[in-house]
Amino acid sequence: MKKLGIILNGLVNENPTFVLMLGMCPTLATTTSAVNGLGMGLATMFVLICSNLVISLLKKLIPDNVRIPSYIVVIATFVTLLEMVMKAYVPALYESLGLFIPLIVVNCIVLGRAESFASKHSPFDSMLDGLGIGLGFTFALTLLGMVRELLGAGTFFGLTVFPDSYGILIFVLAPGAFITLAYLLAIINKIRKVS
Amino acid sequence: MIYIFMFIAAVFVNNIVLSQFLGICPFLGVSKKINTATGMSGAVAFVLTLSTVITWIVYTYLLQPYHLEYLQTVAFILVIASLVQLVEIVLKKISPALYQSLGVFLPLISTNCCILGVAILVIQKHYNLLESVVFAFSTAIGFGLALILFAGIREQLSLLKVPKGMQGMPVALLSAGLLALAFMGFSGIVKI
Repeated sequence: MKKLGIILNGLVNENPTFVLMLGMCPTLATTTSAVNGLGMGLATMFVLICSNLVISLLKKLIPDNVRIPSYIVVIATFVTLLEMVMKAYVPALYESLGLFIPLIVVNCIVLGRAESFASKHSPFDSMLDGLGIGLGFTFALTLLGMVRELLGAGTFFGLTVFPDSYGILIFVLAPGAFITLAYLLAIINKIRKVS
Repeated sequence: MIYIFMFIAAVFVNNIVLSQFLGICPFLGVSKKINTATGMSGAVAFVLTLSTVITWIVYTYLLQPYHLEYLQTVAFILVIASLVQLVEIVLKKISPALYQSLGVFLPLISTNCCILGVAILVIQKHYNLLESVVFAFSTAIGFGLALILFAGIREQLSLLKVPKGMQGMPVALLSAGLLALAFMGFSGIVKI
């Protein structure tokens, strides 16, 4: 039950996008469609789980003074790994996410979880935390991508809902990212206050 | 002439924050007051230009000759993190006054994605060293412009009565969206 709590914590109570407001750059930039949002979320989740596991295993070996650079090296290693795998197996997604795959290194969520969770808990719990936070991030990105894709291009995961000439193009472009997230946050604030 | 076009493109047309979404964290985080926004922009301009020069040199003379391009991400982030530390130490010794105004922002910069983003972009676009410097500097100016404009808007915004659900982040994001909309008006001025 406690293990389930760790996962749910990342998904609801400490949702990285809607509650902690971390990792805003990929959140806004890659959510032009639901599939891109999902891809980015899963990529970040992979890095989160692996880096949390390794950092938790190494927590007794890393001296306190150089812990941040050490964490960054661990994270950067997994990001490089991910980059190579994505380039080989899903080149289309890799192209559309572009710059934001290497930028997972500087995503504050990953470093934040390493510092605040993985360096204090057991390896298995840290993996679960990575999974929970990753799921929360994936959920937020997919939701944002779904709304923007539907309003902007009239499609739902690539399936046409209404002809794209009725789409509001601005939602796929840069300003739409800010505006959609603003309204989603307002709605979520409202729901959280009620419950 | 090409450098002037590059400058205009990086500041207005492809603004790093409002159209490329790099450096959103400081854009939302330190934009409550114009003073702090100015300090942050100064620190970013300094570190961004310096780090782009160093990462360009590292890539061209160290990684490329030995075919180690896949180490790009690891190498760049290490260079940036240690550079920020170094700048902090040097500034503290040489110019305490400058350190007072920029110092607090320096630790924040190493996880600012626009620094790593620009370093990678410069490599992707195959710029030479001079072009890279111009690109990095104008990108930093674009970042500063967006940040200071946004801080000005938020200072005014804090005086207004905002509906309860929209208070704080939502209304800030909404105004950022409108600012991005305004910057879209610049598109098409220069083609590069």
